[in-house]
Amino acid sequence: MRALCWHGKKDIRCDNVPDPQIEDGRDAIVKVTSCAICGSDLHLFDGFMPGMEHGDIMGHEFMGEVVEVGASNSKLKVGDRVVVPFTIVCGDCEQCRRGHFSVCERSNRNKEIADKAFGHATAGLFGFSHITGGYPGGQAEYVRVPYADVGPVKIPDGLTDEQVLFLGDIFPTGWQAAVQCDIQPEDTVAIWGAGPVGQFAVRSAVLLGARQVICIDNVPERLSMAHAGGATTINFDEESVLDRLKELTRGKGPEKCIDAVGMEAHVTRSIDSVYDRAKQALMLESDRAHVLREMMYVCRPAGVLSVPGVYGGLVDKLPMGAFMNKGLTMRTGQTHVNRWTDDLLKRIQEGQIDPSFVITHTVSLEEGPEMYKTFRDKLDGCIKVVIKP
Amino acid sequence: MEMLHSGGSNGLRSSPVAPSPRVHLVAGGLGWFSIGLGLAGCLMPQTMARAVGLPGKENVLRAFGAREIATGVGILMARDPEPWIWGRVAGDMLNLGTLMAGLRADNPNRSGTMMAMLAVAQITAVDVASAGALRRVREARERRFIDYSDRGGFSKPAWEMRGAALSSFETPADFRIPEALRPWDKGEIPAGGLYV
Repeated sequence: MRALCWHGKKDIRCDNVPDPQIEDGRDAIVKVTSCAICGSDLHLFDGFMPGMEHGDIMGHEFMGEVVEVGASNSKLKVGDRVVVPFTIVCGDCEQCRRGHFSVCERSNRNKEIADKAFGHATAGLFGFSHITGGYPGGQAEYVRVPYADVGPVKIPDGLTDEQVLFLGDIFPTGWQAAVQCDIQPEDTVAIWGAGPVGQFAVRSAVLLGARQVICIDNVPERLSMAHAGGATTINFDEESVLDRLKELTRGKGPEKCIDAVGMEAHVTRSIDSVYDRAKQALMLESDRAHVLREMMYVCRPAGVLSVPGVYGGLVDKLPMGAFMNKGLTMRTGQTHVNRWTDDLLKRIQEGQIDPSFVITHTVSLEEGPEMYKTFRDKLDGCIKVVIKP
Repeated sequence: MEMLHSGGSNGLRSSPVAPSPRVHLVAGGLGWFSIGLGLAGCLMPQTMARAVGLPGKENVLRAFGAREIATGVGILMARDPEPWIWGRVAGDMLNLGTLMAGLRADNPNRSGTMMAMLAVAQITAVDVASAGALRRVREARERRFIDYSDRGGFSKPAWEMRGAALSSFETPADFRIPEALRPWDKGEIPAGGLYV
């Protein structure tokens, strides 16, 4: 089969690789009908995530048709149409039973590596390095889905791939980012990053009743999409984020802040982001924490910081004084996708939201490597790329 | 490749600058080079003056060093480094003009001056190329702006969707902040909320 494979920093290729096989009775093989490039795939593309090996198959946002089912899998049958969450979950461990699916204690088959990297292993993820299990990803014609009697979400007839594909990651991720804020009717929610997760965070905050939603980025087309979703926008190239946020909140600061950017924050005019860039270039830190710093500084005291943006290693110069003295709460983590999928699927079915709004490019698998660059460089109005294998 | 929906202007202010890592990487390199050269000029003016065949011009080299440092910091800190790179080009011209003084026949280190002028000419070429590339990226970005203001994703205008999920959603207990910390205040909410 064909698949997009990682061959090093900035080197993704469309390769011919062996077809996946059933390895466990709970497995299923899914023929991929649609998949997507995620912003966090760019961290692998840019070489910021450790634990990648030559030939690893990329991708953790995918859906398709079940073509083979393991002997003990009674949930799925051949022909079922499913969206597969990016987190691989066993459904049985203590964390899964608590609904903390992204820290499933069993699905990461490289537990020893993850224990060393993070202290404790987190869930296995598709196509996201060997620290998270080294599972082949979904930017391919076929995928083996482990624990397929738990994770995959069956899709009812009448919904297109484009409407439901993002149930596997970015829609629940934006939703959880907003839910983590426990939004109150008087709240202003400030969201850094108008990429795909930021777009869904904007809409989730609106649906969850925030008084005001503010989105911060510097890419005009992304800001126009965030504006369409209900956000007041701040272009950090054109105005001071801190001054504008104070102005929009009567000097009090936003009660809730969401970091939908993560480890590769842009270098802005601020001295700290130049410092980060230099330090990262010298391999003295792995992640650029400009957004975290700005959130800690501007958030209203006793506010909440929600961090769906991916961080992979070490950051420097966090203003812990501001964080501690202001009594801020930080909520983080990969998304507990299965916790939200039923509810969000229902909202899509009811027509409350159509997630396909975010798709800007649809390409073939062969065009995938080029689209990584287009997406990374934010060229051609690119916000979300869907791949049709 | 299929492009979906694009519409007209939504009146939003837009950035004139495209994020383009490769072009900005070169500009960043020039920024660090500027700082390095500036530090050398400020900290070792006598050595520099001898090397370029301009003994006695230490104060000029100190001033040029300060200018280089300022330009380098400007390049590294600006989201759009293009004006600062053009500033470097202007500085290069000034450097060449100053070095001309060292070409007089009685200068014992005339060859040093000529070597310095050659080096400045080469870095000027890099500066001009970098500034030109930044300008092209900016112009391409301005031409390609795609308006997504018709992509709300909701079944109704955004302001009508405020709180639409609340009738069928309750924040799970493990995601709620402590009761004592909510709500924040009883601020006035304008009719229709604050959505634009």
